[in-house]
Amino acid sequence: MRPQDILLPTADGLCCRPGKFHIDPIRPVERAVITHGHSDHARAGHGAVLATQETLDMMRLRYGENFAGSTQTISYGEEIRLGDTSVKFHPAGHVLGSAQIAVTCNGTCIVASGDYKDAPDPTCVPFELVPCDVFITEATFGLPVFRHGDAADEVNKLLASVALFPERAHLVGAYSLGKAQRVIALLRQAGYDAPIYLHGAMESITHYYQSRGIDLGELRPVMGVKKAALAGTITLAPPSATSDIWTRRFPDPVTAFASGWMRVRARARQRGIELPLVISDHADWDGLTATITATGAGEIWVTHGQEDALVHWCKSRGLRAQPLDLVGYGEEEESETPVQGEAEA
Amino acid sequence: MNRFAELLDRLAYEPGRNNKLRLLAGYFREVGDPDRGYALAALTGALSFKHAKPALIRDLIASRTDEVLFGLSYDYVGDLSETVALMWPRAALAAHNNPPPPTLTEVVTTLRTLGKTELPKQLERWLDELDETGRWALLKLVTGALRIGISARLAKTAAAALGDKDPHEVELIWPGLSPPYLDLFAWLEGRGEKPVNRDPAPFRPVMLAHAIEDGDFASLDPADYVAEWKWDGIRVQAVAGRDERGQITPRLYSRTGEDITGSFPDLVPSLRLPGAIDGELLILREGRVQSFNVLQQRLNRKVVSLRLIKEFPIHLRAYDLLGDDENDLRELPFAERRERLETFVAKLGDPRIDLSPTVDFASWDALTAARADPASAGAGADADAVEGVMLKRRDAPYLPGRPKGPWWKWKRDPHIIDAVLMYAQRGHGKRSSYYSDYTFGVWTETENGDELVPVGKAYFGFTDEELLQIDRFVRRNTTEKFGPVRHVVHEGDKGLVLEVAFEGLQRSPRHRSGVAMRFPRISRLRWDKPPREADRLETLERMLKADESLPTIKVAGSADGH
Repeated sequence: MRPQDILLPTADGLCCRPGKFHIDPIRPVERAVITHGHSDHARAGHGAVLATQETLDMMRLRYGENFAGSTQTISYGEEIRLGDTSVKFHPAGHVLGSAQIAVTCNGTCIVASGDYKDAPDPTCVPFELVPCDVFITEATFGLPVFRHGDAADEVNKLLASVALFPERAHLVGAYSLGKAQRVIALLRQAGYDAPIYLHGAMESITHYYQSRGIDLGELRPVMGVKKAALAGTITLAPPSATSDIWTRRFPDPVTAFASGWMRVRARARQRGIELPLVISDHADWDGLTATITATGAGEIWVTHGQEDALVHWCKSRGLRAQPLDLVGYGEEEESETPVQGEAEA
Repeated sequence: MNRFAELLDRLAYEPGRNNKLRLLAGYFREVGDPDRGYALAALTGALSFKHAKPALIRDLIASRTDEVLFGLSYDYVGDLSETVALMWPRAALAAHNNPPPPTLTEVVTTLRTLGKTELPKQLERWLDELDETGRWALLKLVTGALRIGISARLAKTAAAALGDKDPHEVELIWPGLSPPYLDLFAWLEGRGEKPVNRDPAPFRPVMLAHAIEDGDFASLDPADYVAEWKWDGIRVQAVAGRDERGQITPRLYSRTGEDITGSFPDLVPSLRLPGAIDGELLILREGRVQSFNVLQQRLNRKVVSLRLIKEFPIHLRAYDLLGDDENDLRELPFAERRERLETFVAKLGDPRIDLSPTVDFASWDALTAARADPASAGAGADADAVEGVMLKRRDAPYLPGRPKGPWWKWKRDPHIIDAVLMYAQRGHGKRSSYYSDYTFGVWTETENGDELVPVGKAYFGFTDEELLQIDRFVRRNTTEKFGPVRHVVHEGDKGLVLEVAFEGLQRSPRHRSGVAMRFPRISRLRWDKPPREADRLETLERMLKADESLPTIKVAGSADGH
């Protein structure tokens, strides 16, 4: 059986004919298997949804109780029979509850890794390497200029700035699901124990993280806090809010943005960021290439991001590789409208 | 070097002047001599060594990385130094026994004496030793492209803050100082005497004008201002001073303080009275000012031949006097300086130096008329070399930099047309990954009915917000892709109309439309306008005819007098 007989890109998303399901479909389908809770991967309106408990909870939080006809929970390491295939979930290390999906049919194993990172993250289960025949990798940061370094160093940069400008507020743009909680957890690891303020849009998801036992210290809603009281504080907000009139409530704010895109200066400048923090929930170039090698897969399918460079690299290593023509990913994140072509990262 | 790189990195992102000052002052306080002195030199453009060519940097990265991956990365990042800094592969050296990264002093002093053949190896060593930011700063420094939005003035102001001194004081002694400024820092920290400027003919930082806009006039009183012609030449400062032996030292500076005396030996004998004139360098033939195009032929020549001097006789048109013998006049109001200037020029009595006349006007309407027709408002035969008017407040002292209010420049009206966006290309530098270079066209009648014909390219004039909007439009309305170029939908009822402003038109056989614009920029986005209502080629033809009777207006990128 050829791999493309097992999984095939279609207009609805990645389709598994022998298993009669789609992975992260972008349009309503009968049966959806979802890798993680970001809105470009987890959409409402499917008949049946199979995902981790956390992913299902996040969808419920965003779309309401009736986001799907029926739901089924699966744990990491658990294997389920779907049609002629078996489906197994493995941690992807991207955000809380994120999974790679291994689909096996007639002895061929394809891993759809969704979004993943191999860097440590105190808010989710670490990435697990899954040996396979075909590895489907994302390529958000699929260029060798993207090397993310240690996130702790970036958080130290933020704390140094807070110390240098004690009369200013520090406003950290971070994607509401995953990045915000990771930045908070990293601040706590760095010993910052003052209250951290939250934009209204990220309160419920952050509280959900806390309800799953992730310690984020004292958090306060920023709404209603007097301007002067915000001097010297740190507030987390969705990236779009950091350039909004909403920021006028802060005293001379220093605008930071925690994202892998911040590695490229032009990106930071275009957004008017003063303090770029290179913190990413996606694997960087070294992470992508190391993971591809380690899976032992002889064939690599590359999707959403800089496919060309990664396909070229695979081929130069003697691996069969092709870009997977999937649309609709990495183009929106929750209600935010990021700069075009800039995925949640 | 890493600490200096960290400073540059932070400065490059910080928009606030006061915050920039804090970052700079913090650095000067924290970092000792001589590193901070070389940093000050780097920020004020006072370092001199032979810059590395981009080709050398390309060779270095080619020897370490895959060509295709580099190409894709460079296309994405848009800046050579940054691409190389980011993708430079970590050296395979053992973790222990690595040499420490170089200091800024080490880099600067090594570069000064390093032979050309040794440079590649040395750069490679440094690139291996530095981190990403350090590599970026190093490459910016060695390629001479250290543009991070810091003026020399700001850097000096930060240094002055170290000793609570007025930046003006630093500015006055600056021309006599040299890196790493040990004497300056010693004085600022109260450890030494104030350095004395022994240069007999120092450069004075120039005062610049803001472009005036329609809305500005309402709050200005014509009686407060003196108007002069804005000459289409080169702004210079002509200084003469007495050295220790009482000999006159003549010097001609560009607006940035570069000594250009050597290029104009024919003007030197005229600089025989001690003083400092602010004026415009022009070519005069038979008493008539020639266009900028003529002046341009005399510029940037390695050898100034006698023939060149004869064919392009140089002239200085004076409009301000900053120093009169020993007296610094910069604190005086403009009206008084103007009187002193008139006396000075009369005393000099030199045919190569004359006064820039003032333009009489009683109201803004009168000035508008004069600006529209300089020939009948006093400029006479020289009107061809007038590119607008300057307004100077009578009571304003001479302030270095570009203070808002005392001086205004009011150029002639640009032309404006509505054109349709046809193709878009990704920009470079700050614009990388954004579709920011636009080819636009106007309608013309062809065998197949009306078609759009490209008439120009523009890549600025829009705001950051508009850039985002156009970028989004381009991505959503691409009909075809050719490498980095996208064809954007342009039909009668589908497409984006751009209001394009430009300075002039020329006939051009190289363009399909037969016309070429000078200095085109996007002045407005006309989301409201359907493409079919955009302008036609005939409109440009009409403008061209009108233009051909007008003086030449200089192209973008040429030296701007004010």
